Amino acid sequence: MAVYGVELNRRNLLKGAGASAVGVGLAAVLASCSGSSGGGATGTGTGTFGSNASDPVPKKAYAALVSAYEKQSKNKITVNTSDHNSFQNKITNYLQGSPDDAFTWFAGYRMRYYAKKGLVGDISDVWDKIGDNYTSALKKASTGDDGKQYFVPNYNYPWGFFYRKSVWAEKGYEVPETFDALVTVAKKMQADGIIPIAFADKDGWPADGTFDYLNMRINGYQFHVDLCAHREGWDSSKVQDVFDTWKELLPYQDPSAAGLTWQEAAQKLGDKQAGMYLLGSFVTQQFTDPAALADIDFFPFPAVKVEGRDAVEAPIDGLMLSKKGASNQAAKDLLAFLGTGKGQEAYYAVDKSNIMTAKDADTSGYSAFTKKLGGVISDAKYISQFFDRDALPAMASNVLNPALLDFIKSGSIDLKNIESQAKTLYAQQ
Amino acid sequence: MTDQLSFPAARAPRSPVPRRRLRQLSRRDKVVLGLMIGIPTLIQAVLVWIPTLASFLLSFMKWDGLSLTSFQWNGLTNYNFALNQSPQFWPAVLHNVVWLLFLAVVGTPLGLLLAVLLDGKIRGSRVYQSIFFMPVMLSVALIGIIWQLMYSQDNGLINNVLGTAGTSRAVDWFGDSSVNLWAALIAATWRHAGYIMILYLAGLKGVDPSIKEAASLDGANGRQTFFQIVFPAMAATNVIIVVITIIESLRAFDIVYVINRGTNGLELISVLVVQYLVGETQVIGIGSAFAIVLLVISLVPIVFYLSRTFRTKE
Repeated sequence: MAVYGVELNRRNLLKGAGASAVGVGLAAVLASCSGSSGGGATGTGTGTFGSNASDPVPKKAYAALVSAYEKQSKNKITVNTSDHNSFQNKITNYLQGSPDDAFTWFAGYRMRYYAKKGLVGDISDVWDKIGDNYTSALKKASTGDDGKQYFVPNYNYPWGFFYRKSVWAEKGYEVPETFDALVTVAKKMQADGIIPIAFADKDGWPADGTFDYLNMRINGYQFHVDLCAHREGWDSSKVQDVFDTWKELLPYQDPSAAGLTWQEAAQKLGDKQAGMYLLGSFVTQQFTDPAALADIDFFPFPAVKVEGRDAVEAPIDGLMLSKKGASNQAAKDLLAFLGTGKGQEAYYAVDKSNIMTAKDADTSGYSAFTKKLGGVISDAKYISQFFDRDALPAMASNVLNPALLDFIKSGSIDLKNIESQAKTLYAQQ
Repeated sequence: MTDQLSFPAARAPRSPVPRRRLRQLSRRDKVVLGLMIGIPTLIQAVLVWIPTLASFLLSFMKWDGLSLTSFQWNGLTNYNFALNQSPQFWPAVLHNVVWLLFLAVVGTPLGLLLAVLLDGKIRGSRVYQSIFFMPVMLSVALIGIIWQLMYSQDNGLINNVLGTAGTSRAVDWFGDSSVNLWAALIAATWRHAGYIMILYLAGLKGVDPSIKEAASLDGANGRQTFFQIVFPAMAATNVIIVVITIIESLRAFDIVYVINRGTNGLELISVLVVQYLVGETQVIGIGSAFAIVLLVISLVPIVFYLSRTFRTKE
């Protein structure tokens, strides 16, 4: 792996010679402004990068990205890594205090919210350079309410059903294309003494995946977006429809979901106690045994109503600039570098659990499984970000998540109450 | 008595002296006194009164927490949300009441019992004291992990001892909302009892042994001696213990937050405050309204108890 990384960097250095000349020139200007550096052609720009990648693999992957960038540009980037969850929780204070120039973040409501509040840097000029390298769906996901871009996608990962090929082949289960077929295969599994659908909701958010997919398959992607923005009401027959459909699926989802974390549920799939598991592709991180990992396959959420399967839930992670970082060319160039295949390959060389987003990224190293995941995303007409990224955070965590947990346990949901809470919460923004 | 009778007479000639002294306070004395009163007052104001007042004002406003120009009056909307719309509020109140009753009926008496037992001359008393006090010194995250090892559905000690682990009969102690409050209360009691034990041990040491001797000379048995002589003699400790028990149960937060962030049957008012005030899910007006509701609820028993205590003392 290390050898590969070095080769990659050397290649970058050669290929990107032209671009880096520009980078060095700009860096020299910056350096002479700050007066801290030797100046001249060897001068370097500096920037800081706040990373939420506290897990070992993503941490190493971001380090690889930064060092690839440093080699190419001669700029110096200091990485400050914080714990993933606390980074997320303190983001408002972080952005108002003394943030790093660049930082890791997500597409969706939270990105647009901070853009609207003027706490992050406009990078439309970066997009002028890298725009052709992304699909329009990804560009849209990086754009704020004002039509400017604030975000550069690094990778995303699709949500769908994961299962063990060997179990399905042995018992003769068929991959369901429709909701009815899904219920049929789940029924068979139950008769065979297997938990049909592994499920975990101790952390509150995993149930959003089932809700989002049923909602998008029944009411369409646009309804999902409008519901997340509360342009559509919760007490409508359309939302009721989602829960009525879910009720048909509920008997086949693991009844002990309320006390399980997603890792424990993944274990049930790995141990062949459960037949399939609806989760993001990060579920594969849980299968450390290579044989088990090779046995995992994927199918997209089946079609429910007229909408077919044109929407996929594939949350996007990437980088943004803070307000202060917007004037730092070294940080800006880091984002531009991430928008190239070379940048994303540097990251992917270390963390292979996700799908690269740049069009010119070299995907020849993808396994058949990864190709399948990537294909689902590139074939999709619409990419959603997951309810807790697309909607107001308080709405997701404090209102919908507990309501879904109640629904899982009792089979009933009070949509009028959810609507009344949504009205109050969205009016505060 | 004679002293008291002669007092007014003696007072008259003396009174000018302290008065003159008061006037004679030098500039330096005034500065020192001013600092000694001013600094604690300032700390009190900055840490207690100003935040309380700010929370009170914010609970009637909407504010995004970002710019200082975006305050807007919001009337009683936040309170309407907290008390009527939020489905978690009333369960949270109920859970806080259960928490208080459980600590008052089980946790605190258990701590008292431990203190009385360990105050006697038993071998290894110090060792037991350390063992029972240890949970108080552990961080809550660690307590969460320890009890996770006990309660875990498939790998936990309890279900393995019961022989139900891995079967469908295994109780999910933290995940099943009909039992997890009690599971959390046992973990909380484990910690609370050690705390109370240490306070009562100190209290028991402060009781004059001669009154115990006098009681036994008068023919009182152990139980009578404790309940009628020793326990009332610890009045000062008892006030502290009652207040601590109430405060501990109203601010109960950490254990449920470690278990499952205070959801799924473990809702508490403090959790609602945190949910709406901390992190990305922040809605400052609503969080402040929850905080004020918690403040008012906390004031009722504390004011009632303290005013009663001070009245009887006077």
